[in-house]
Amino acid sequence: MYPDYLAGLLKEVDRTRPHRLGLAMSGQPVYPPMNAEERKDVLSKYHPDFAPGARRPVRIGPNKGEEITAEVAEMLEAHSMVEPKLMDIHLREPDYETDLLIIGGGGAGCWAAIEAARNGVKSMVVTKLRMGDANTMMSEGGMQAAVSATDSPTRHYLDAIGGGHFENKPELVRVLTEDGPGVVAELERLGVIWDKMEDGTMQVLHGGGTSRRRMVSCRDYIGAIIMRTLMDEVKNHPDMIAVREFEPAVELILDDNGHCAGAVLYSLDTEQFLTVKAKSTVITTGGFGRLHIRGFATTNHYGATGDGLVMAYRAGGKLAFMDSVQYHPTGAVFPEQIAGFLITEKIRGAGGQPLNKFGDLFVFPREPRDIESAAIIRECSSDRNNGIETYAGRAGVWLDSPIIDMIHGSGYTRHQFPGMCRQFDRFGIDIVKQPMLIYPSLHYQNGGIEINERCETNIPGLYVAGEASGGVHGRNRLMGNSVLDYNVFGRRAGQHASDYAKSATVGRLSLDHVRKHAEEMEAACIQTDLISPLILPSYTPEDVKIQQLARLGNVPARHSMLRNRFSPSERKTHLG
Amino acid sequence: MNGEVGAVKSGERAPQQGGKRQRPQANMVNVYIMGKRHVVPEHATIMRAIEYAGHQIIRGAGCREGFCGACGTIYRLPGDYKLHTGLACTTLVQEGMSLTQIPAVPMEKAIYDLEKLTPDVRTIEAVYPVTFRCVACNTCSKACPQGLPVMDYIQAAMRGDVAKVADLAFDCVACGLCALRCPAEIVQHKVGILAKRLTGRYLHKESKELAARLKEVASNKFDAEYEELMVMDKTSLSKLYYDRDMEP
Repeated sequence: MYPDYLAGLLKEVDRTRPHRLGLAMSGQPVYPPMNAEERKDVLSKYHPDFAPGARRPVRIGPNKGEEITAEVAEMLEAHSMVEPKLMDIHLREPDYETDLLIIGGGGAGCWAAIEAARNGVKSMVVTKLRMGDANTMMSEGGMQAAVSATDSPTRHYLDAIGGGHFENKPELVRVLTEDGPGVVAELERLGVIWDKMEDGTMQVLHGGGTSRRRMVSCRDYIGAIIMRTLMDEVKNHPDMIAVREFEPAVELILDDNGHCAGAVLYSLDTEQFLTVKAKSTVITTGGFGRLHIRGFATTNHYGATGDGLVMAYRAGGKLAFMDSVQYHPTGAVFPEQIAGFLITEKIRGAGGQPLNKFGDLFVFPREPRDIESAAIIRECSSDRNNGIETYAGRAGVWLDSPIIDMIHGSGYTRHQFPGMCRQFDRFGIDIVKQPMLIYPSLHYQNGGIEINERCETNIPGLYVAGEASGGVHGRNRLMGNSVLDYNVFGRRAGQHASDYAKSATVGRLSLDHVRKHAEEMEAACIQTDLISPLILPSYTPEDVKIQQLARLGNVPARHSMLRNRFSPSERKTHLG
Repeated sequence: MNGEVGAVKSGERAPQQGGKRQRPQANMVNVYIMGKRHVVPEHATIMRAIEYAGHQIIRGAGCREGFCGACGTIYRLPGDYKLHTGLACTTLVQEGMSLTQIPAVPMEKAIYDLEKLTPDVRTIEAVYPVTFRCVACNTCSKACPQGLPVMDYIQAAMRGDVAKVADLAFDCVACGLCALRCPAEIVQHKVGILAKRLTGRYLHKESKELAARLKEVASNKFDAEYEELMVMDKTSLSKLYYDRDMEP
């Protein structure tokens, strides 16, 4: 239930709705889309990537000297969990051996395993939490694929590369868009239930930045449906695919030829370090939302701490577009318990409209995400002061959902958005009758480890797919292109990495790159107590956290990360 | 319970513990996490309460938004005989709540080849014969944190109405709480996934549009256009982009 102090503002939304409904039914844009100049202006002034201190040069490694997101730089300039000398015996006698090692059990990882099995190559999937504990599971709205007669893969290409400000790697956008229709068919063959018309035609909706209706969907549970289908298929092949849960990789292993040859795992259950020897390796570790960049709430999974970036970087992997972060335009602001939760873009695809405190439209509802987010931040900024404030001190704008049933007919919202309805029903808000309060939420890692269309990196034997990779989306991804991304590139990584594994020979296993990383840190005079990969964020209150640091005489990475972030004066207050 | 040393009266401000742990912003309640009392903010979800108490959750947290089913939790409330179920990420704490998370749900997933199955009752019999032990007690539906009519879909599975199962089980997060509560030891959520895959694979008509598009891609219809776009300079590409027409 909305508190009384919002009642007057809710009336404004009702007041302006008949006029806005007229606009929506006219077939014309309900608000003028921005041109190139307007886009540039709102981004440079209001997008968090352009705020002072958002980026800084990284001081070591393959991208040394490049400006990247400050929190990522901090994570790359951190100590390894592993002491190479102590691992010698485990490098000589690995705990596990496999042909293909897949790091990460989300959508891309499952696809890589399935494709490798089809190619006759055995694989091992290691994952931080459970299989399917991934951002894949949480995607709601849909996947872009040029399946309708009015659309084409090349039109999809144009939309995607324009959304990415023409900086995406062309060869990656081509395979993304050209493989799209095939992915839809392949997923259906595995049993994904697409939203379809009676005659079997795919239901397609708009998303931000699309010029054709291209969003295919599974109500608002696309991620859960695809992820559970892929996991189920993975588990149907126990003879070909081994799975180790709660055993995240924390370092890659190279061989004496500099080829990737496996990884060091850290068992969260037993706190053991374990080694895997593999002929080829795929990183499918996803993104970094749980770093809470610039203090933003996130839509991301608990384990989304960018581990793959850290491992690959230490091994010499080059990163691309690591200076840009995606903020989803519509994260929940109220109630406080679900602050940051994802409100699917499909709401706007179906006609939902963002409104300021006067109930007025202030932006075209389907701009690309960075533009839409920057426009919402502008509306709430002190320059305009048109946001709606909550008792918890958050600001946001309305997302008018009741208009959806008025456009599409009664019952549409409840059938198409069961997840969204349930999320708000729990707090006594019926989104069929009342709008939601929203603000941008940290959502996606636009950049990542640079790949080519075969998912190869600059390290032989190392492949990357999904959100961990960089280049597909440039500096801004469109809605529905990440679901497509992990499907397209997860499959490709599985095919190419398993082909590579068939002929690869592995030399002597080595962690020399980890030793060199430590030397480089020292040479650059980097002082930090930060240990990465982070593995999990900590949401323990800070005073408790301080006292935990002495625990067992060691410093688990997740706690160290946060201690590093306290200023000395804060530490003093807490410790007395 | 409020008589215990150190307990707060429901809704009171947090007491000071050892002179340091004062967090005065919110009203506080007592909850019992695996039997041990902690004082936590009254508006917290169970997950936030566990973390507020100082735990680092390893098993029992996933998406944190109600999609992944990692955080199935059972709890009791004062003066209430019932064993309640919920997802820790979306269930709010209450005064006197006594709770524990379920770290994993022991479960055997049947191994099958979807290509060799048919979308009917014979498949349910062959893959999950335990389904037919259902005694229609409705405990599963009462346990479902998503509020799904679990028993109804199990009954539909027994009739071989696979599409109905898929429809009713669509929003299942596979937390497994139904299966843990079931006196007949059925694995409801696994039956749901099987039915969904059968429905997607066999019970939806194929899209003719999609089939036509796949043929176009296979015959390299878009090659020339791609090659042109891929080498286009940024100015021309930008013009093409901003001038493109929009489908209503």
